[in-house]
Amino acid sequence: MSAVVARAGGVFWLPVVLAVIAFVLIGVPSSWLTLTVAGLSMGLMIFLMASGLSLVFGLMDVLNFGHSAFVSFGAFVSASTLAALSGWLTSGSLTLEVLALALALGAAVAFGLGAGWAFERVIVKPVYADHLRQILITMGALIVADEVILATWGGVPLAVPRPSFLEGAVIIGDSSIEVYRLFAVAVGVVVYLGLYLMLNRTRMGLLIRAGVENREMVEALGFRVDRLFVLVFMLGSALAGLGGAMWAGYQTLITPDLGAEILVIVFIVVIIGGLGSIQGTLLGAIIVGLMQNYVGFLAPKLSLASNMILMMAILLWRPNGLAPAAK
Amino acid sequence: MKKGTLTVKAAALVIWALLLFAPFLFQDVRQIEVAARIAVFIVLVASYDLLIGYTGIVSFAHTMFFGVGAYGVAIALKHMGAGWGPVLLGTAGGVVVTALLAVAIGLLSLRVKAIFFAMITLAAASVVLVLASQLSGITGGEDGMTYKVPELFKPATKLFTDEAGKVVRLWGVQMNGKLAAYYFVFVIAAVLFWAMLRIVGSPLGTVLKAIRENEGRAEGIGYRVVAYRTAVFVIAAVTAALAGSAYALWLKYTGPETVLSFGIMIDILLMVVIGGMGTMWGAVIGATALVMAQYYLRDLMEVAAGATAELPLLPELLNPERWLLWLGIIFILLVYFFPAGIAGTIIDKGDRKAGA
Amino acid sequence: MSLLSIKDMSVDIGQYSILHGVSFEVQEGGVFVLLGRNGAGKTTTLRAVMGLWKPSPGSVRFRGEDISGLHTSDIARRGIAFVPENMGIFGGLTVAENMVLATASGKFDASRLERVYTLFPALKKFWDKPAGALSGGQKQMLSVARAIIEPRALILIDEPTKGLAPAIVDAMGEAFREISASTTILLVEQNYAFARSLGRDVAVIDDGRIVHTGTMAAFDADKDLQDRLLSLSAFQEDHE
Repeated sequence: MSAVVARAGGVFWLPVVLAVIAFVLIGVPSSWLTLTVAGLSMGLMIFLMASGLSLVFGLMDVLNFGHSAFVSFGAFVSASTLAALSGWLTSGSLTLEVLALALALGAAVAFGLGAGWAFERVIVKPVYADHLRQILITMGALIVADEVILATWGGVPLAVPRPSFLEGAVIIGDSSIEVYRLFAVAVGVVVYLGLYLMLNRTRMGLLIRAGVENREMVEALGFRVDRLFVLVFMLGSALAGLGGAMWAGYQTLITPDLGAEILVIVFIVVIIGGLGSIQGTLLGAIIVGLMQNYVGFLAPKLSLASNMILMMAILLWRPNGLAPAAK
Repeated sequence: MKKGTLTVKAAALVIWALLLFAPFLFQDVRQIEVAARIAVFIVLVASYDLLIGYTGIVSFAHTMFFGVGAYGVAIALKHMGAGWGPVLLGTAGGVVVTALLAVAIGLLSLRVKAIFFAMITLAAASVVLVLASQLSGITGGEDGMTYKVPELFKPATKLFTDEAGKVVRLWGVQMNGKLAAYYFVFVIAAVLFWAMLRIVGSPLGTVLKAIRENEGRAEGIGYRVVAYRTAVFVIAAVTAALAGSAYALWLKYTGPETVLSFGIMIDILLMVVIGGMGTMWGAVIGATALVMAQYYLRDLMEVAAGATAELPLLPELLNPERWLLWLGIIFILLVYFFPAGIAGTIIDKGDRKAGA
Repeated sequence: MSLLSIKDMSVDIGQYSILHGVSFEVQEGGVFVLLGRNGAGKTTTLRAVMGLWKPSPGSVRFRGEDISGLHTSDIARRGIAFVPENMGIFGGLTVAENMVLATASGKFDASRLERVYTLFPALKKFWDKPAGALSGGQKQMLSVARAIIEPRALILIDEPTKGLAPAIVDAMGEAFREISASTTILLVEQNYAFARSLGRDVAVIDDGRIVHTGTMAAFDADKDLQDRLLSLSAFQEDHE
């Protein structure tokens, strides 16, 4: 039985199962379609934020509790960039609008790369292999980062301007689907494919996959995993920054609390999906995104709790998550 | 006894003595608030240290249990009215819910990697926080709830009256309900702290240390690691819940910010690291140091911000609102350079000197 | 000058002292066998040479150079390959990917690849399959193949015959004989018959110390010595 399930794609059918159950419960196809697209777009944005955390843990057994700080910074950096370029957004020129958006997302990514490098060298490097201190120190760094955000941007909600070509909705049948959500899905898919190709078609990706499985052996074959790790950490931070920037545009109004909310969801995602593999992370993110939206529609107050319950159930079934990296 | 250990114990006992006489020594309302908060947080931090210091478990759900205890009493008092019945019922309810939650989380996730446990407890705590904020019919939502406490603890209650019917003053302190409430909190805290001292001194404490030092070896000797871990997790959780119940009675108010927020979890972490992991006495020092800092560091920063108002950026960083920034930096430096905390460092230094 | 010279090497793991003053010399060429009871410190010795445990400073010299403080990857780059007891296969990667990782440049040298195919035909057959799906013997072959796909001066091999079927053990022995013609092998082995058939020199380790060194031929001739050092009952004279 389980072999049959595994051959048919196994756990990767779970989102489909979830969607079918939701279709029955919701009963209105147009609402269901809107919610499904919303769930997918949320899932792919969360995937951006969670993939780095998962890879970083897989490669070095380092769990960064400060990861969500990169998400927050990404959101605020891109919001500020867009605000500074608001002239371009209202110029009516599509070229300028696209350029402004690209610069905003680029700024978030660049910030993630730089801050990720500094964070790894200063905060994480001294506590490799010491989980207790690692948790405490990265948590301390999260506190400091959140305070820096508060000091820089203040505690008031910040409005995030959107380029006009991402405003509005397309109508499919009876359901209206926001353009921004489709954009988020597109960005998420492109990043996933990019990561997939990087991991499966390049030498660096090969080293990362091997390092996740057995770090010692990669070193015994003559490679410095710790140097590779800095790069992966930077990449993960940059993706978190990009995810934050996308999230900011999706929310259109952001507060410094954003990071803490995201951290919990990201943790649930990587626990459900299994640490160390981007396929698992994508699966977890899509499940959580769909669940959040379906339950948010059916029983609004229970949406976060539903993900928690889902996580508990999956842990009972598979203690290492649905699709963890082979170790 | 070694000199360092002696110093730490003496310091902790001095703090306990100050707490015992606090209403007479510090007659300002705010200072009594500080004293009661210190007493409650000593219990909270000591019970957390049972996990992180003695057993090597990192949990982010400690405020959740604290909150469940507080909400138990608060909900009972709010919906059933003031009285000892609701207090007992609320406390018992809080303890039962806490124990069930702790057993569930423990059995489910203490068998997986330590790091998973940290993530799962963090997620669980946030879910409870969100639920408490949203189920406003029961919990009062974001605003929390105020309620009446039993007659004995009302400030207008006269414990002793003179012939004229006025409340008796002893060394200038009114023998009123506020005093009774303070000593109620103090006694609960003292008893719970003493109980935890007994636990770490018992054979159970020895087993826990063995597990922390070498899990595989402890398993090999025949200890059922998951069972012991779950047991200690439940003990720590129930202790935190009882501290929460006492705190709810003292504050006469319970809300997400005061008993459930992530800020409190961070406070506990700071206290346990500042005081020193793995020493119950360190919890006393850590809790005292941080609560004092919370109340008085802000004043100090206000002065400093005012003094540097002309300079760029500095006033913004010295803004009392930003005090957590500085605590965070201190926290990181402590974990790097003094992972043993105040108590641990004193014990190490003093004992080494005594040994040499 | 010996290829590998270990002098007074100590290794502490945590608070435990595992090796206390191990010394032996491995000359260029042939198979050097390290024997010893379970827990005597054989695996620790190999791991310490490889830099996976920290040996005492100055205790390991490779071609005259002190490598005791080097990073594992730098030790590998100097021409030492490691075939660990658990084989260290990347199960999620294909056989080809496992092999390509073992090359410094990412490209195969055609003649060396041909040699691997000749020694271990099974690897060619499963070239594009996930390594995790290989049998135990095939995984061992892959692990050895990774060690010889680049020119190396020394290969550390930890208990390669453990749990393998007799036919595969024989094939492995043939392969090692071929390899040792051009590359020195430091072999840790519990299977005495296998070790005897390959070894030129031998060292015996017990409780973290070397208790005997000499030629395999002399050691094999001296039954008393074997009984005393190895308590042969603990060894497998034959395959299980």
